[in-house]
Amino acid sequence: MKIITLLKRVPDTEARILINQEGTGIREDGLKYVINPYDEYAIEEGLKVREKVGGDSKVTVVTMGPEEATELIRTALAMGADDAVHIVDPLLENAGPFTSAAVLAKVIEEEGFDIIFCGKQAIDDDMAQVQTILAEMLDIPQVNVATEFELSDDGKKAVLSRRIEGGDEKYETALPAIISCEKGLNEPRYASLPGIMKAKKKEIRKKTLADLGFETKPQGGRAEIVRWLPLPKSGECKIVEAEELQDAVKELVRLLREESKVL
Amino acid sequence: MTDILVFGELRGGKAKKITKELITAADRIAGELGGEINGLFVGEGAASAAEEFKGYGFKRIFYAEDDALKNYSTEGYAKVVSDVIKSTGARYVLAGATAMGRDLFPRVAARVDGVMFSDCVDLRVEDGRAIAKRPVYSGKVFIEITSKDERPTIVAIRPNNIPPAEPKGDGAEIVKQDSDVTIDTIRAIAKEIVPLAGGRPDLTEADIIVSGGRAMKDASNFKILEELADLLGGAVGASRAAVDSGYAPHALQVGQTGKIVNPKLYIACGISGAIQHLAGMRTSKVIVAINKDPNAPIFEKAHYGIVGDLFEVVPLLTEELKKIL
Repeated sequence: MKIITLLKRVPDTEARILINQEGTGIREDGLKYVINPYDEYAIEEGLKVREKVGGDSKVTVVTMGPEEATELIRTALAMGADDAVHIVDPLLENAGPFTSAAVLAKVIEEEGFDIIFCGKQAIDDDMAQVQTILAEMLDIPQVNVATEFELSDDGKKAVLSRRIEGGDEKYETALPAIISCEKGLNEPRYASLPGIMKAKKKEIRKKTLADLGFETKPQGGRAEIVRWLPLPKSGECKIVEAEELQDAVKELVRLLREESKVL
Repeated sequence: MTDILVFGELRGGKAKKITKELITAADRIAGELGGEINGLFVGEGAASAAEEFKGYGFKRIFYAEDDALKNYSTEGYAKVVSDVIKSTGARYVLAGATAMGRDLFPRVAARVDGVMFSDCVDLRVEDGRAIAKRPVYSGKVFIEITSKDERPTIVAIRPNNIPPAEPKGDGAEIVKQDSDVTIDTIRAIAKEIVPLAGGRPDLTEADIIVSGGRAMKDASNFKILEELADLLGGAVGASRAAVDSGYAPHALQVGQTGKIVNPKLYIACGISGAIQHLAGMRTSKVIVAINKDPNAPIFEKAHYGIVGDLFEVVPLLTEELKKIL
């Protein structure tokens, strides 16, 4: 079985994000980057499927991103992925979802695929669109925000749970399909020391847009960011105090009713 | 042409409350740019929802309801929605940034060769263009975004950000949308919905949320938060620290790798206020922090704070509210 997992390099969840001086994006200096947290569940699920199916099953990591993403791809290979494709091209900086999907579709068609795992969204632009547009471009179904995944014995379909408001939607899909992964789907493994050693020898195939047969950035020019806005400054916190805790609580209730009128 | 299509999402045969919020947003755009507003309901209950929304200022309300559309499927619903966008020539399509909206509309955007803005918190007109505001980097900054050309533009708006519309106008024309979707062409489909235990409102839709952090110390202690939440008709949330410690399921996690919430009142109990937690709840209208540590960062974002042990403060708060509610 040919398993593809998508990996994106994003700023760490604990990173402070500030707008740059020109107001055209964020300040990238000093930012720590990590594998998009949801992509870790995708890698883990890909590895689990390979282990279940066995034979000559293979997990290929596909990443679109700058040169620096290589070290994160190595981490995925150290977790156990077999090889990787890394699309690096300056024209792809700040690519929108349609551009990303078109490029990924090209790579994935070249690689061949039986199932594709990815994170439910990347925690930078938070669009959560690429996987679904990609599914449309590849003419396959997708199941988003999966919290459970079970491959059928014949490998032709899967049953899943997907997280929705106030519950879980039990889903069934034919394969090939794209599955976007939610926290809770599994516990991503850590890279072992032998894994890290092995990863150094695994192949990362670098490709540019030209290598993929694109003369220019595909499918771009749909949206325009008008401006970047910082968070509104938060006001002063009113600390409610009293000799007796009970009186402080009483005062808090009064403020919530009379001042802010939320109760 | 600035015609607008409002997608009214159905759950259990009823229109979700986001539908009325989307109508308000549509009115704003149509008010400035002109154009007619049409509605669309797909799935079980679509016909009766179309009837229910007759008096909300729509020109036409389309509905599609048959066996193949009874359960949600991206493919089946995308076909109907794309057909209506094409036949009405809608320039703007407004949808909820819900589990369904987030799954369905990127595919619709691809089918109509459009563009989509996910998870928007506001939509207004500036210089003759509709501009959507949306958080990026999990709400640590915002962008305002617009489409570059005249292609169909889908704006998915989060619940609880825009006031709901009131009934107005003459009755809409109700149009049955024939769907040629057949069940055997659908490759992925929802079989059933299993509700979360507790019967509380969903975090993303709740007006009031009571959340617990690492200081909860144990899963069983969430009982005191549940009592307070139930008294207020609210939802229970948890910080990542509490979820990772096994005190609460991930479905309750609020923050960057959990739910992004926007209630009227958010009560943070024993939550220190890590940046990734703040990213998920900072837009709450009123934030109350209860924490033993007066230096906890949560107090910098809160409107009201009590410095004290949550195990004393929360039960007192519940008792106090019982007296008056």
